[in-house]
Amino acid sequence: MAEFKEISPDASNGEKLLNWVDNRFPLSQLYKEHLSEYYAPKNFNFFYFFGALSILVLVIQIVTGIFLVMHYKPDAAVAFASVEYIMRDVPWGWLIRYMHSTGASAFFIVVYMHMFRGLIYGSYRKPRELVWIFGCAIFLCLMAEAFMGYLLPWGQMSYWGAQVIVNLFSAIPFIGPDLALLIRGDYVVGDATLNRFFSFHVIAVPLVLLGLVVAHIIALHEVGSNNPDGVEIKATKGPDGNPLDGIPFHPYYTIHDILGVSVFLLVFTSIIFFAPEVGGYFLEYNNFIPADPLKTPLHIAPVWYFTPYYSMLRATTDVMVNVLSIIAALSAVFVVLKTAMQSRGKVITVVGVAVLIVLLKTFDAKFWGVVVMGGAVVMLFFLPWLDHSPVKSIRYRPTWHKWLYAVFVVLFIVLGYLGIQPPSEIGTLIAQVGTIYYFGFFLLMPWWTQLGEFKQVPDRVTFAAH
Amino acid sequence: MKKLLLILISSLSLFATNLASANEGGIIWDKAPNNTNDLASLQHGAKLFVNYCLNCHSAAYMRFNRLKDIGLTEQQIKENLLFTTDKVGDTMKANIDPKQAKAWFGANPPDLTVIARSRSSHAGSGGDYIYTYLRTYYRDPSKATGWNNLAYPNVAMPNVLWELQGERHPVYSKEEVHGHEEEVFKGWEQDTPGQLSPEQYDQAVGDLVTYLQWMSEPAQNTRVRVGVWVVMFLLCFTFVAWRLNAAYWKDIR
Repeated sequence: MAEFKEISPDASNGEKLLNWVDNRFPLSQLYKEHLSEYYAPKNFNFFYFFGALSILVLVIQIVTGIFLVMHYKPDAAVAFASVEYIMRDVPWGWLIRYMHSTGASAFFIVVYMHMFRGLIYGSYRKPRELVWIFGCAIFLCLMAEAFMGYLLPWGQMSYWGAQVIVNLFSAIPFIGPDLALLIRGDYVVGDATLNRFFSFHVIAVPLVLLGLVVAHIIALHEVGSNNPDGVEIKATKGPDGNPLDGIPFHPYYTIHDILGVSVFLLVFTSIIFFAPEVGGYFLEYNNFIPADPLKTPLHIAPVWYFTPYYSMLRATTDVMVNVLSIIAALSAVFVVLKTAMQSRGKVITVVGVAVLIVLLKTFDAKFWGVVVMGGAVVMLFFLPWLDHSPVKSIRYRPTWHKWLYAVFVVLFIVLGYLGIQPPSEIGTLIAQVGTIYYFGFFLLMPWWTQLGEFKQVPDRVTFAAH
Repeated sequence: MKKLLLILISSLSLFATNLASANEGGIIWDKAPNNTNDLASLQHGAKLFVNYCLNCHSAAYMRFNRLKDIGLTEQQIKENLLFTTDKVGDTMKANIDPKQAKAWFGANPPDLTVIARSRSSHAGSGGDYIYTYLRTYYRDPSKATGWNNLAYPNVAMPNVLWELQGERHPVYSKEEVHGHEEEVFKGWEQDTPGQLSPEQYDQAVGDLVTYLQWMSEPAQNTRVRVGVWVVMFLLCFTFVAWRLNAAYWKDIR
C-alpha cells in the first residue's frame, strides 16, 4: 500500500480532493499508467484507429441496448410488434434502434480490421500472446452476442437463422440432439428460446465481454503496444527511462483518436440516417416479415459478418470430407518419409491420422462442417505458436508472404460473399478452395513463415513527421 | 496466379447470373414512384388504402393519428378514414375476421404495415414490387377468384381495384429464344374499360404505393432531415479534430 500523503494546507480544493481520493483509491496512478504516461509507439498508422473504435462501438451498443430493453418485449407473441412500436411510437426510438442495428455490423467491421492489423504486424507474437488470446475470446463472445441478438426482432430471418444454427449442434455425435434441445428449451425455436436468448444477449454475454475487454487492455498496457514495424520500443529508452520512440497516449493518441472517431461517426451516421438497411445487408428484408414457424423462407442466409464461416460449413460436403481424408493421409506419408522424427513419433502420427480418417468417414459430413466452422475461429487462438517467422511485421517479410496474406483476405471476402448467395455447384467448389486455403494458411504457418529472405528490421521505428 | 484470377472472374460471373435470376417466377419490376414527401400523393394513397386494402388487410403497427404526419388533421382522419367504432389512437385493424379470410381465400391476408420493406429484394424495392403487382392482374377463369397475376402467379387475392382498372389480358408472342420457341410477354390489351384511364390508374396505384412506402417507416423523412444536420456538424467537427491533431502532433519528430 502506498504511503498516506499529507498535502499542504495552501493547496486548492481540487488538489485536496484528489489527494483525499488518491489516499484511498489509485486514481492518479491509474490515469498515469493508462493515459498520460502510457507510452505508445509514435508510428501508428490507419489500422490503429480500430482498437479505440471498437470500444466506441461497444459503448454505443450498451447504451442503445439499455434504451431498447426499456421498450422491447421478449415474448414470441409481441416481440415483432414491440420492435415496430419502438420504430413508430417511442420518441426517437427509430434512431436508437438503427444505431443498435448498424452498430452490430459496425462492430464486426472494426473488429475484423483490428484483427487484420494484429495479423499483419505480428501483434500476437511474444510477449503479446495473452493480448491476442483475450482478443480472440472477445471475438467469440461477439459472435454469440450477435447471433442471439439477431433472434430478438423475431422476423423470418431471425427465426430461421436461429433454427438452422441451433440445428447444427444436433449434428454433434451422441450429445447433439440433447444439446440442441437444451439450447432451444423446446423442440423448435420458440418463446422459450427467445427468452433465454434475450437473457444471454442483454446480461450474460455482455458481462463476460466487458470483463474480457478489461483483461485485453490490462494485458496490452502491461506489455505495451506493438507497431507497424514490429520493433520493441522499450528496447531503446531515453535518459528519462521512457522509450525514445514512444509518446504519451494522452494527449497524442487521444487527440488522434478523436479525429478517427469523427471520421468513423461520419460514415456510421450516414448509414443510420440515409441507408439503415444497407441494401438488405445490415437489416435483411425478410426480417420485416414476422416469424412464421410454418413457412420456411426459400433462402436462409446469416447476416454478412457470419457468412465467411457459414460458407466453410456449407463447403464441407461428402466430397470435401474425402479430400480432407486424402490430405490427412498424404501428410502422414510426408511425416514418415521426409522428417527426422523418431520412429515412435512416426508411429503415433500414422495411428493418429488413421483414427482421424476413420472418424471423418464415420460421422456425417454435416458434423464435420460444424467442426470446420468452429475450428476456423478456434484456430485463431493458436496463432502466436503457429507463426515461426523471424520478424513480426509484414513489412520485413519476403514479398511472396504479402501475396499469401493478400490471397487470404480476398478468399475470406469471397467466402463471405458466397455465404450470402444460395448454394450453387461452382460456389461450393470455390468455397472449398477457400476453406482449404484458410486452414492451410494457418496450419502450415510453422513451415512457410520461416521460408524466404527476410529484410533487416531497423532498431528504431520508421516515422515521418506530420 | 492465373488460376486465382479465373476463380475471381468466375465468382464475378456468378454474381451477374444471380442478379439476372433474382426475380425468377415473375416479371421484371417496374420502377415505382417514391414521393414520400408529396403530401397530396400520400393523402390520396391513404384514402385508397383505407377504402380498398383495409377491409381485408391490417396495418396493425400503424396508428390512425400518425396520419397527422402527412398533413391530415385529427378531425379529417375521424371523418374520412375511421370506421365508426375506431378511435383515432387505434392501430389500423382489418374488418375481416382472419378465420373467415382463411376460409375465403385459402390464406390469411398479410399485415401491410411494413410490406413495402419486406418485399424488397435485389430485383428492386418493395414499392417497385407492389407497384408492378397491383398493375399486372388479369382475368383467369381457372382460378377460384377468377383472377391471376403476372408478378405473383396464382395469387390468392382477387383484383380489388378492378373497378378502377377494368379488365385486361396479357399479350404474348412466340419468339425464338436460345434455339427453342418461348412465349414472350409483350404487353396488355384492355377488355373492358375501368373508371380510370390506364394513365390515371397508374397514377392512383403510384399514390397507394407511395403511401405504403411511407407507412413502412413513417420516420423516414425526419430521419433524412436530421441526418443532413448531423453530417454537416460532423464535417465541421472533423475539420476541427484534424487541425487540433496537427497542432498537437507538430512537435513529434
